[in-house]
Amino acid sequence: MLSAGPTPHIDTAEWEFSIVPESGEPRTWSWEQLMAEKIEEVTTDIHCVTHWTKLGTTWRGVSLDTLFADVETSQDYVMAHSYGGYTTNVPLDELLNGQAWIAFEFDGEPLDPEHGGPARLIVPHLYFWKSAKWVRSLVMMADDEPGFWEQSGYHIHGDPWKEERYW
Amino acid sequence: MTHLDGNSLAGVLSELFRFDPTTASARCAGCGAIDVLARAMVWEGTPGTVVRCASCDNVLATIVESDDKLWLNFSGITAVEVRR
Ligand SMILES: [Zn+2]
Repeated sequence: MLSAGPTPHIDTAEWEFSIVPESGEPRTWSWEQLMAEKIEEVTTDIHCVTHWTKLGTTWRGVSLDTLFADVETSQDYVMAHSYGGYTTNVPLDELLNGQAWIAFEFDGEPLDPEHGGPARLIVPHLYFWKSAKWVRSLVMMADDEPGFWEQSGYHIHGDPWKEERYW
Repeated sequence: MTHLDGNSLAGVLSELFRFDPTTASARCAGCGAIDVLARAMVWEGTPGTVVRCASCDNVLATIVESDDKLWLNFSGITAVEVRR
C-alpha cells in the first residue's frame, strides 16, 4: 500500500501510544511499556478496498483487549489518530474480543515506516484503510463520527463482507 | 517518498470542472496562502489522492476514485479563483 502523504518517521524512543477516555485522563504507553504487555501472534486475511485480499498474513502485536483492560469508558465509538494527522473511526465493540491489535511486526520483520511502523492498528475484519498506520492514540467518542477518508468518499463502517467501500 | 506536482491532477479534475483547474488559484484554509493549484504537493496512492499546501502542508483537497465515481473534498480551500 502506498501512503497518502509524507511518511512520518517516528523513533521508538519518542513514540508513545494513548487511549483517551471521556475523563480526558489518557492511559499512555511508551515503546518499552508496550513491549512489556502480552504480545500475541496473529495470522489473518486482510482485505483492501481496491479488491485484493491477502490470505494468511502474520503479525505480532498487543491486543486491544489487553490495552483497554484498565480503561474506564461508557462511550461506544473510537477515533484512531495517527502520527501525520490522519484519523479513522471504528466502533469500540469491533476493536475488542480478539478483533484488533497494535501491531509492530509483519511477516517476521519490524514494521517499516512505509507500512505504518513503528506500530499500526490492525482491524483485519474491516477494510484495510481502517487499520491506521502510525497509530498514536485512540480517543473515545459518544457518537460515531467520520475520520479523514470517511469524510471524503469512504464508507463510515467498512465491512468487506457487506462490500461497504464508499458512501 | 517523492510527490508529483499539481499538474498531475489535470485529467481527473477535468471530469469535475470544465476549466483547467491547475491554472486556478486557491486560498489555503490553514495559512491563507494564495497559490496556483499546480504548485500544490500531491500524493497519489491508497486510499486516495491527497493535495497539500506547499506553504504550510495543510490538506487542501482529497480525491477518492472508485470504478464508477469520484469524490472531491476541498474543505482545506477557502476560495478558488478562475480566469474567465
Ligand atoms: Zn497553507
